[in-house]
Amino acid sequence: MVIDDSPNTVGYEVTYMMNDQVTSNVAYSLEDVTFSYSRGKRAESQAALKELSCLILSGRVLGILGPNGSGKSTLLKLLARVYQPQKGTIEILGESLSGLSQLDVAKRVALVPQETLQVFPFTIAEMVLMGRSPHHQGWGGWHWEDSQDWAVVQNAMDELDVAHLGDRLVTEVSGGERQRAVIARALVQEPQILLLDEPTAFLDLHHQLDIARIIKRLNRERGLTVILVSHDLNLASQYCDQVLMLNHGRLAAMGSPQTVIKPEVIEAVYGCSVLVDRHPQSGLPRVSLPV
Amino acid sequence: MKPTIDAPSLSPPPASLSLESLKSTDVTFDAATVSRRTLTRSRWWVWVSSACVLAVVVFVGCLGLGTQSIPYSRIIAVFVSSIVGPYTEQGLGDPISVILLQVRMPRVLLAFLVGGSLAMVGVALQALLRNPLADPFVIGISSGAALGAAIALLFGLGISVGSISALPVCAFAGALLSLMIMYRISSAQYGFSVYTLLLAGVVLNAIFSAFIMFLTSIADPNRAFGMYAWLMGTLTGPDWSTLGILVLYLGAGLVLLGMHAQSLNLLTLGEETARSLGVEVERVKKMVFLAAALLTGAVVSFSGIIGFVGLIIPHAVRLVVSADHRLLLPVAGIVGGIFLMMADTVARTALSPSEFPVGVITALVGGPIFLWLLTTRQTQLGMK
Repeated sequence: MVIDDSPNTVGYEVTYMMNDQVTSNVAYSLEDVTFSYSRGKRAESQAALKELSCLILSGRVLGILGPNGSGKSTLLKLLARVYQPQKGTIEILGESLSGLSQLDVAKRVALVPQETLQVFPFTIAEMVLMGRSPHHQGWGGWHWEDSQDWAVVQNAMDELDVAHLGDRLVTEVSGGERQRAVIARALVQEPQILLLDEPTAFLDLHHQLDIARIIKRLNRERGLTVILVSHDLNLASQYCDQVLMLNHGRLAAMGSPQTVIKPEVIEAVYGCSVLVDRHPQSGLPRVSLPV
Repeated sequence: MKPTIDAPSLSPPPASLSLESLKSTDVTFDAATVSRRTLTRSRWWVWVSSACVLAVVVFVGCLGLGTQSIPYSRIIAVFVSSIVGPYTEQGLGDPISVILLQVRMPRVLLAFLVGGSLAMVGVALQALLRNPLADPFVIGISSGAALGAAIALLFGLGISVGSISALPVCAFAGALLSLMIMYRISSAQYGFSVYTLLLAGVVLNAIFSAFIMFLTSIADPNRAFGMYAWLMGTLTGPDWSTLGILVLYLGAGLVLLGMHAQSLNLLTLGEETARSLGVEVERVKKMVFLAAALLTGAVVSFSGIIGFVGLIIPHAVRLVVSADHRLLLPVAGIVGGIFLMMADTVARTALSPSEFPVGVITALVGGPIFLWLLTTRQTQLGMK
């Protein structure tokens, strides 16, 4: 495990400064989290996440990196309480995640899944509007939207530049437009934490840049805590304040991009040697494959 | 050890997203500023009341048609006298009034209730399984209910005990059994495989049908013949009290489904996303399955297996009206009722004075549509 030794990073604080008073700056606190998709005897050997402990700070952008099957998406789903860990505890904003109702979780955290498939003819506006449902508790969830809901929806759709697509069907729009609409739906939940699973996976360069900038802007302007899973080490290096690297369900490294995105760490985790130099504009690590 | 951190070195906690900036402006937002196609309360009322008006028109239209056609002026006169005028045996004792009030009206009403329930169960199952091809008939719930009802019929449990007839209870049990098998299969592994479930439905259908075949082959021929007709789906004229029992079952099921309309919307995004949007997926699934079993059990015990209503009606209504379940559920219910009233009228008048099972018509209309959907919607269904 790589622990950053510069004084302004999490790794340092976790290791050297223990202070029980402070929870307000912590988005998530994970302790010995173990989760397996299988049950029974095989649960232990096939666990997707093993004894994972870490702190995730609020107001930052955290990138979760790692090879295929290292547990990145699983970790994200546990943070959104789509699944609950078999062992260990997760605290969200100082409260126990398992103690909250599903609705209360949805008011704090929004999840943008990797892919949004829709077989039914919902419009973009209808899909964005679904993000309001955590704010309505009624009779099995039955409610009518009020003007405040519409204001939030309009605001989010403007922000993500999908307002003109309101009447189009989810199935009709392009992948980039759909992804923006799904992020709008997440904002409509008015969360403090935004989780994104491979937000740029199916997008071309132009849309990748678009989404990355939107994420950064939401973090800066709204103070939104962003946690994203990515395969793209360069994207994570450029846009994340912190990165967390998983390997076989265990924490391999955590810290700033400069401390984690290093040839030796990548070789240890991914099992291949790469070249890491500096990005000409930002000076942040840049990964290239060797010839 | 529990990791914690030191406060002063960190940036202040983020301001949570708020609406303050929006509240301060005078602009009021409503649905129209966002989208013209999104559901609003007024739009809901317009669609539901128009569907109701259409249902009443078709209802009266179907009452007039039959082996003996009855002029509409007469129908209205009988209506008026049965509501306003004092009900006397003489006043409404003439043959036409008797045909209308005791034979045709219960039957047309039964068709409406059965068609409506099947369509609504179809809507709910499609949302739950995220598959526009799901239907109580296709995934084996109807045949589960039919097996329950067949057991009740062949072992003479059809006779009511007290005021509760054993037939719908057995059919409900059968439907619930097949749904529970489905539920076990689908939750055996993490996540929810739509295709496992559809395939399981096909196999369940085959197993239940085999049991029913076995039962009919050991039954005495007279009973077996009646069973065959019932299995194909026939709406034999019920009396008013059995209709009342049916309404009780359906009412319970419909309230349960209607309550979860918004959760069904979210479930179309997939269970994981629905959960991240605050839906307690397991609870909602159980409730919807229970409602589906109630409705299917009640409907099958009264009318046998009528296929494809739950498939084509939701699809059509979704295309024309809305995919939002708050509107889709009631409108599909009413349109399903209208469809089956018309189909049943054809079934009892086309070869008048004899009639054939209404299930023949729904299968002849619905089967080809199912195949068409299967071949044209492959990409959307994720089958490719």
